[in-house]
Amino acid sequence: MESKPTPMKNPTTVERTSERELVVVRTFNGPAHIVFAAWTKPELFMRWWAPKSIGVPLLSCDMDVRVGGGYRVAFGHDASSAMEFFGKYLEVIPNSRLVWTNEESADAAITTVTFEEKNGKTLLVLHELYPSKEAFDANSGAEGGLPEQFEQLDELLVEMGAG
Amino acid sequence: MVQYLKARLDASFAALSDATRRGVLEQLGRADASITDLAEKFHMTLTGMKKHVGVLEQAGLVTTEKVGRVRTCKLGLRRLEDEAAWIESYRQLWDARFDELDKLVEELKRKEKDDGE
Repeated sequence: MESKPTPMKNPTTVERTSERELVVVRTFNGPAHIVFAAWTKPELFMRWWAPKSIGVPLLSCDMDVRVGGGYRVAFGHDASSAMEFFGKYLEVIPNSRLVWTNEESADAAITTVTFEEKNGKTLLVLHELYPSKEAFDANSGAEGGLPEQFEQLDELLVEMGAG
Repeated sequence: MVQYLKARLDASFAALSDATRRGVLEQLGRADASITDLAEKFHMTLTGMKKHVGVLEQAGLVTTEKVGRVRTCKLGLRRLEDEAAWIESYRQLWDARFDELDKLVEELKRKEKDDGE
C-alpha cells in the first residue's frame, strides 16, 4: 500500500440562511457510502459525534435507520447526569439523504443531511430548520458557555450604566 | 470553542481595564454621545477620546455611526454579537466533529481498499 500524505483539512462553513434556518457545509475526502455509514452505524457514529475537545463523551447511541425508525443518543460523564437527544427518521435515502426530527424539546429543529459524491469526494450539507424564529433564538442561547459569559458581561455593563 | 472565547473575553476585559473607558461605557449607558461630547466630559483631546472609543469598539462594547460630520457612539449591539458568537461556536463544534469524521473516513477507505486487494 502506498503511503499518502495527511489529507488537507477541508473548511467547515456555517450560514444562517433565514431567521429559522442554519446550514453547515463540509467536503470529505471519501466516497458517499463511507460518509453515510459514519452517520448511520452507531459504532461508527460514536467515534466522531462527540469530539474530545467538547469534553462530554457519548455514553450510548441507538439507531433504527429507516423511515419512522427512532434514534436515541446520550451524552454525559455517567448515566445519572446524562443528556439525551432523540427523534425519528423522516427520510432515509442510502448514501444520499437523511432527514430526522429532534424531539427532546418543543424548540428543536428538523435536520436534513445530504451526501453528494463527486470524484471520490463527498460534499456534505447539513441543514437545521427550527419551528420558529423564537425557537431558533432560544436554542442558540442554550449552546455552550458563551451565553453565560456574555450575560456576565451584560450584567457588568448594566451595573456600570446604573452606577 | 475555548480559544475563541478566550480571545473574545481578553479583548473585552482589556478594554474594561481602563477607568476612562469604563466611564465612557457608563456615560453611554445613560445616553448616546458624540466623540466631541465625550472628549469634553472627560477633559480629553479629541484624538485621545477617539483612541479609547476605538478600543471599546474593537472589543464590541461600543458601536459608532457617522451622521453628517458627527460620529455618535452607543453601547454595542449585544444581541447581534451574541448571535455571531454563537454561530462561531456552533461552527467550531461541527468543525471538531468533522475532523474526527475525517479520520474515520480515512480509516474506512483504507479498510475497503485492503479488503478489495
